[in-house]
Amino acid sequence: MRTSAVVIGAGHAGLAMSHRLTARGVDHVVLDRGRIGESWRSKRWPGLRLLTPNWMLGLPGQPAGQPDLDGYLTATDVALLVGAYAERVAAPVRTNVEVRTVRRVGHSYDVATDDGAWRADAVVLATGAAASPVVPGYAAGLSESIAQRTPFEYQGPASVPDGGVLIVGASATGVQLAAELRAAGRPVTLAVGEHVRLPRRYRGRDVFWWMHSTGTLDARHDEVDDLSRVRRLPSPQLIGSSVPVDLGSLVDAGVRLTGRLVGIDRDVARFSGSLRNVCALADLKMDRFLLRADEWATRSGFDAALEAPERFARTPVPNRPVLSLDLGADGIRTVVWATGFRPDHSWLGLPVFDRHGRIRHHGGVVADATGLYVLGLPMLRTRASTYIHGAAADTAVLADHLVTTLRA
Amino acid sequence: MTMITPDATRPVDNGVNVEALLGAREALSDAPSAAQFTWKATCTWQHGTHSRSTVDGFTGLGIDHRHTSSYTFDVDHPECFASEDKGATPTEYLLVGLAGCLTAAVASVAQHRGIQLRSVTATVEGEMNVLGILGGDPDVRNGFDRITARFAIDADASRADLEALLAQSQKRSAVFDTVTNPTDISVELV
Repeated sequence: MRTSAVVIGAGHAGLAMSHRLTARGVDHVVLDRGRIGESWRSKRWPGLRLLTPNWMLGLPGQPAGQPDLDGYLTATDVALLVGAYAERVAAPVRTNVEVRTVRRVGHSYDVATDDGAWRADAVVLATGAAASPVVPGYAAGLSESIAQRTPFEYQGPASVPDGGVLIVGASATGVQLAAELRAAGRPVTLAVGEHVRLPRRYRGRDVFWWMHSTGTLDARHDEVDDLSRVRRLPSPQLIGSSVPVDLGSLVDAGVRLTGRLVGIDRDVARFSGSLRNVCALADLKMDRFLLRADEWATRSGFDAALEAPERFARTPVPNRPVLSLDLGADGIRTVVWATGFRPDHSWLGLPVFDRHGRIRHHGGVVADATGLYVLGLPMLRTRASTYIHGAAADTAVLADHLVTTLRA
Repeated sequence: MTMITPDATRPVDNGVNVEALLGAREALSDAPSAAQFTWKATCTWQHGTHSRSTVDGFTGLGIDHRHTSSYTFDVDHPECFASEDKGATPTEYLLVGLAGCLTAAVASVAQHRGIQLRSVTATVEGEMNVLGILGGDPDVRNGFDRITARFAIDADASRADLEALLAQSQKRSAVFDTVTNPTDISVELV
């Protein structure tokens, strides 16, 4: 089958690109191996809420239209939003079509699927930044008496065996699951590596209001210092709730903090001695963010409209952090891997990866592969790229680039 | 993170060539095998608990390197352990390594951030229950169970900037990493 462009992935980003291509008269098809917005239906835990408030959910052709603009959607709500968006923009989606591989054939791409092949001049990868959970290799040091759950497998506290839980990773996923499991009465140990601490609200406004207003979200990929570091930054320790969560509130709730998990041997976990420093780094970086926010507010004449500046308590680090833990003896029955996610482009039969297996691209234009684009990765084009509304600006630029490529 | 622009009339000079280090980072990112270094010390037993270690060369960037001179270190145990105290203890050398590594990182990061240092003094203390090495209590480990480093820094910077400088220095310290994280060690008879 012949078309001009194949968009792989019918999530918000792929659908936004579809809308942009339709507006530019580009013949295309959107393929998804599952349903529209499949990840939000089957790969997110029930208690998940977006980190971003609802006013940030605008997509091209569909403004943010949630009844509570300051609320945070559940995964099910996001699936509904994405489904409604597909209908609204009349995206040419083919569901339950799995792409097996993509190959270069002359100046075109051959997209092989389990339902026939497509030939196209452009391919847009929109399969998401969180396609696979990352599980460290030392997970192999756990015996069968300790259950393991990735966030894809975790389906709420009842899905975890009775007893204590070690949550590895204290970014957005880890702190959400720690709060949820602790609220369900579980003994929770949280292994904390480098993380990004931000307050949910500051001076009466959501932290994303600050990031939006101060231009932080608009920081461009070709302007930041050390792009690869910014692209690897973990998602901030936030929870989609008016009740804020940080390491301090988790400690108050009875969660035990340890350093980064650095190894497991026969169910004995070892933790780094760096807990004090990773907490100090995160506290200091948060203070720097707040200082810049305050400076911006004064400069922009916003001070009168905002509550007074404040600073938050330093993260409480245990005086003698646990360095080694016999999980069985400690009553820990489950390890939850909140150790991040990675995109999965492994099915792509093209030489477009760096030595870490990451796709090489400049603002979504894949290097050395004319007509190949990628969407929805952290800091793809701007800091907003990682959030749903970021697809609006990114797809506008990349759709224009794609049209130029088709005409060349 | 924004870099503080150095005052052009009084350039910050901590004696660290940051441009060279940043250039090396860029070059080595594209040539990973050259980034593989091996550091080396040789140690010769003298008498009793006294030994003498020599450091004179290492490999990296694909070649062998010589230090500008050969450095020797006497290592011994103190008199209260019935030794002759002909040098610092091995554990004190570990503290020396940590202090030197963190201090080098402080100077480098300060240079990069445009912070002029006037003085830096670090006091590093390690706490240890010696019943561990004496075999007197199986529940006590051999090594340090806590290390505390206290830095007195006189510099043109706020306290918050100095705290950030110290925090970043720990992130960029090889000895800090080696002490806080597990390392695979192989001790063989040749």
